[in-house]
Amino acid sequence: MPRVGLMITCLNDALFPDTGRAVVTLLRRLGVDVEFPAAQTCCGQPMVNTGYLDDAVPLVRNHLDAFDGCDAIVTPSGSCAGSVRHQHHLVARRSGDPGLVRGVEQAPPTYELTEYLVDVLGVTDVGAYFPHRVTYHPTCHSLRMLGVRDRPVRLLRAVRGLTLLELPGASECCGFGGTFAVKNAETSIAMGNDKAHHVRSTGAEVLVAGDNSCLMHISGLLSRQRSGVRVMHLAEVLAATEPVISGRAERAAGPHSVGSATPDARTAVTPEAVTR
Amino acid sequence: MSGTFLGTPAFPTAARAALEDSQLRRNLAHATGTIRGKRAGVVGEVDEWEQLRLAGAAIKDRVLRHLPDYLEQLERSLTAAGATVHWARDAAEANAIVVGLAKAHGTDEVVKVKSMATQEIDLNSALENAGIHAWETDLAELIVQLGDDLPSHILVPAIHRNRAEIREIFLREMGSAGRAAPADLTDDPRRLAAAAREHLREKFLRARVAVSGANFAVAETGTLTVVESEGNGRMCLTLPEVLISVVGIEKVLPTFADLDVMLQLLPRSSTGERMNPYTSTWTGVTPGDGPQEVHVVLLDNGRTDVLADRTGRQALRCIRCSACLNVCPVYERTGGHAYGSVYPGPIGAILTPQLRGVGTDPQTDSLPYASSLCGACFEVCPVRIDIPEVLVHLRSEVVDAHREHRRVPSVQDMAMKAASWTLSSAARTGAAERAAGLGGRLAAKLGRPAPGGRTVLGAVPGPASAWSDSRDVPVPAEESFRAWWERTGRDEA
Repeated sequence: MPRVGLMITCLNDALFPDTGRAVVTLLRRLGVDVEFPAAQTCCGQPMVNTGYLDDAVPLVRNHLDAFDGCDAIVTPSGSCAGSVRHQHHLVARRSGDPGLVRGVEQAPPTYELTEYLVDVLGVTDVGAYFPHRVTYHPTCHSLRMLGVRDRPVRLLRAVRGLTLLELPGASECCGFGGTFAVKNAETSIAMGNDKAHHVRSTGAEVLVAGDNSCLMHISGLLSRQRSGVRVMHLAEVLAATEPVISGRAERAAGPHSVGSATPDARTAVTPEAVTR
Repeated sequence: MSGTFLGTPAFPTAARAALEDSQLRRNLAHATGTIRGKRAGVVGEVDEWEQLRLAGAAIKDRVLRHLPDYLEQLERSLTAAGATVHWARDAAEANAIVVGLAKAHGTDEVVKVKSMATQEIDLNSALENAGIHAWETDLAELIVQLGDDLPSHILVPAIHRNRAEIREIFLREMGSAGRAAPADLTDDPRRLAAAAREHLREKFLRARVAVSGANFAVAETGTLTVVESEGNGRMCLTLPEVLISVVGIEKVLPTFADLDVMLQLLPRSSTGERMNPYTSTWTGVTPGDGPQEVHVVLLDNGRTDVLADRTGRQALRCIRCSACLNVCPVYERTGGHAYGSVYPGPIGAILTPQLRGVGTDPQTDSLPYASSLCGACFEVCPVRIDIPEVLVHLRSEVVDAHREHRRVPSVQDMAMKAASWTLSSAARTGAAERAAGLGGRLAAKLGRPAPGGRTVLGAVPGPASAWSDSRDVPVPAEESFRAWWERTGRDEA
């Protein structure tokens, strides 16, 4: 069995543990024996994006040690997947430690959750049931840094009971931007309010995205406005199933067919599976 | 133009005023939205757009790798074609050359083709100080000049103005600069353009010296190119006796054939047109036709410093199309003046700090942070400048420069150090999460439920206020994911 490591991200760990639990539920339902390497902490993106490359070095080192021995890494964050894939080599180069540079080069491939589901497992229908009106915000890093394209939307369209409403100006940044949200708070809020306005214009009950960092910013505005709109991470929607009613077997309890012949081939991980 | 970007406050402060200007917000949202839509349409119809972008980037990279060779070849080609080549290390040298040439011809005025390089060196002020009027002939530059204003966009310097404001400026100011606007002027674009045409015509016919920039300078042939929409540039390039062009050294292209790629990329990215209305090319002096005295001032002004930076040098690929400004959600809300430089928007945020150098001026140092790193700029850049990558790189340059100068670490330095120490160990992270969870339990008593059952806090005083003034704050989870995984024996999901 390939070893699949769940990279939970520091924000999800401390503030949004439900997202991590949803990923575990979802992957186990799909037959993936995911593990949580307990030594992990943070990918270092907050330091890199603020300009503190030196302070990111110990975090990258810790990340490599924590996931050493995994065949693949899965994370419910486009932004942190992007950081691992596009920024770790910068930090390693900065450290001047050839061992760290090699470590980054040889690290297991890191997949954002929807990439892992669609590209590696070959699933778009994950057996979820979520009878609500939903709109989806494609976060910038998942969209432009990783190029997840329509994978999240394909996953959402396959959810039973879900009505997907189109978000106007969907690909425009919500204004979170990490450090930007505080350093340029006014501009960040102006962008966020426009995003919140578009979300409310859809009439959706729930705003879904693949990054809790951006959602924290948008939901902070939506709840301050008493909009009554809820935000949820995509993983939590995909993990949702019908309540078990007596006399009916719970749907989607077992592993789904995943479009390839052997269990091993199913999770065979190759770097080619992802456009880097 | 008496206005200058000197004294612009750091970006967050400058942005604050712009964000409250409802007229500006509306003007910008409308203008950038329109250009964005047009660009998307004409780019979408080119099947090989990505290959064109790669070709454009490759051409510029080749130029930058062999810049000295191409510049010397350009000088030889220009000289052979009857032009005089001048080299300017910085703004002061370039201005002195242009002022000296104008004075040598005994003129008290020059007509100008829209040019970013001459804005960058503030040539107009240098000319005015020498008693020489510099008349801008590009419609938007004219609006900015008449309004004693500053440009706020690379392509459309007066993008922050609307029709009504332009009409007012024309009525109020045109008379003191030449032919007055008709008294019955309306804000109909055609009427406004006609007033500008009447006003400019006498200047075109009178001027003996013109000053331009160049979009491209072909080393192989000594050919300079100006790409424009209005034809005012064409007037300046053909009518006067003397033509002086100020050209950034990164504008050189190896061969005439390279224009094939560039002239496909630029108009589509810039104005959202398949081809721009006027493309003028000239090669030195053509006897009996057009300017009989042609000067080219090759300008460095910090460009070799940019070239020395392995990550940052890609900014020199820029062909000044302004597509990055038009898609930038930050620019759309703050406008160009907030950037405190003639190069606003994403490209300005990476070019200005490199041209000026970081670590000495707080305004310059604020520019690399004036971005949410959303990546829309990289997506549309016709020469594939990875602007987010350069922004992050420049942020580290800013941090490093300050660390070297400071004896006492800043609050931000210490916060990053502390976060790095905590987060480089799972044990320390877990302990911090337990403390936060306890704090969260206490904070939850002060909070209120949000949709989904989560407890949130409203406005919080102190350092959290920058976040919480307008955004609710999620209370830390009582049990972190890590603690849950540990407690449930990793098998309950």
